[in-house]
Amino acid sequence: MKKSSLGQLFLRAPYVIWSALFIIIPLFIMGYYALTDANGVFSFSNFANLGRYKNAFLISLLYAFISTIITLIIAYPLAYFMTKCKPSTQRFMMILTMLPMWTNFLIRTYSWITILSNTGIINTVLQKFGIGPLHLINRPGTVILGMVYDFLPYMILPIFNVMSKIDNSLIGAAEDLGSNRLNVIKKVIFPLSLPGVISGITMVFVPSVSTFYISQKLGGNKTMLIGDVIEYLFNLGPDYYNVASSISLVLMMIILVSLFIMNRVSDGEDGGVLI
Amino acid sequence: MKILSKIYMALIILFLYAPIAVMIVFSFNSGSSVWVFEGFSLGWYAELVFNSEMLEALKHTLLIAILSATISTVLGTAASVGITTLKSKLAKSAIMSVTNIPMMNADIVTGVSLMLLFIFCGKLFGLTESLGFFTVLIAHITFNLPYVILSVLPKLKQTDPALEQAAMDLGCTPLKAFFKVVLPSISSGIFTGFIMAFTLSLDDFVISYFTCGHYQTLPIVIYNMTKRTVTPDTYALSTIIFITVFALMLLYNITLARSEKKRGVI
Repeated sequence: MKKSSLGQLFLRAPYVIWSALFIIIPLFIMGYYALTDANGVFSFSNFANLGRYKNAFLISLLYAFISTIITLIIAYPLAYFMTKCKPSTQRFMMILTMLPMWTNFLIRTYSWITILSNTGIINTVLQKFGIGPLHLINRPGTVILGMVYDFLPYMILPIFNVMSKIDNSLIGAAEDLGSNRLNVIKKVIFPLSLPGVISGITMVFVPSVSTFYISQKLGGNKTMLIGDVIEYLFNLGPDYYNVASSISLVLMMIILVSLFIMNRVSDGEDGGVLI
Repeated sequence: MKILSKIYMALIILFLYAPIAVMIVFSFNSGSSVWVFEGFSLGWYAELVFNSEMLEALKHTLLIAILSATISTVLGTAASVGITTLKSKLAKSAIMSVTNIPMMNADIVTGVSLMLLFIFCGKLFGLTESLGFFTVLIAHITFNLPYVILSVLPKLKQTDPALEQAAMDLGCTPLKAFFKVVLPSISSGIFTGFIMAFTLSLDDFVISYFTCGHYQTLPIVIYNMTKRTVTPDTYALSTIIFITVFALMLLYNITLARSEKKRGVI
């Protein structure tokens, strides 16, 4: 027995060392950069000057919040309808939702310009009917559209996965006991699908709040999101690493706190429902 | 209701595929723009063969994806076995919390923190160029590992430890017992982990962007191109990748459905 536990330590050790070196230490180094100035002298000035990026933080949070809500509203009924299909159709729909994720997201985002621009596909069609051109691109709404588009599969898949595993006899039981369809959804399906909703929200909110490409392409550089600010500062060169690190650190804190609050809220809600 | 739900599903699929349709259509453009369609041509597909920058990047991307997926699968599987047998609950939850960090954290923060580590080490050792092949590889292994572990761990929990014990009682060495008994029962989890790692690596842009230096992967080349002008050859390459993946997935699902039918599952 002793021999095998030594073997197991040997199995664990490389991963423990790896995660210490490349997960933990990088975060500490980021903290070190955030707490020093460009000369390596300890200072709080990076954090003291963060107020200048307040707008970028607030806009990022707002956009991420709106696009997460919209993806949820779009994805939830879709996942529900998918579970009502026959198994072969379900599988085909799964492929169709996953497939876009294998196409480079930069190209998928870039393609929207061809669709939405003033001389783009939509406006060309509208012009045939004597309408427009509508100003569709480089607006806040376009950035949100890009986020919803890029991250929608991340919302559909976890909700569908959880929903398709719900025991049909539970739904049958609710119907036998006199629930109508709406009540079945409200009292049985929704509570049981909540874990999928939670992971969907996480998987959409985190990339949305930290994205730095979508806004540059679809927002026409008018709105700087916090991801754009971080990228911009790091590209300016080593003198700006310290400020950029402090912003990254705060972004990480915001994400962790949001996830923590959400898990707390959901624990409180489904505590009594889950069997 | 039935029809309405079908229409709804069709609309969402249309939404998901509109930009991809644009990409495919414009890859056949005879003109050099991705805005105005001038006429049908296969010219950009032929042109691809001569686009050394893009082919080089594709080679880099595939190399990194294969290496990082393989290494993280081996490392992650070993770690999962090590974690399940861990007695201390505290140590277990500590390891799992750390494992969750790269999954929960924003890609940009992971990328930036790794970049700072590499630059810091580079300065320490007096290197002029701290970013390159190895830093991308390390970064990709790091963000792949949690996905491998989280697909292998549940499978390990489902296997009965008594089986391994029985094999050893019957004279297997621990190593042999692992390869003969444990490994076959967790192989589907390992496979899922590998595929996830491979595709995540293939598609990653943000983390590579901060850690690659001059070692350009395909998403990086595409990014630089969208900063200047995109020519249809990028779309042609992406169309080829799209069609390949689509065909592979269909094939996989058809064989899956067939074997299920044979076994009488459905």
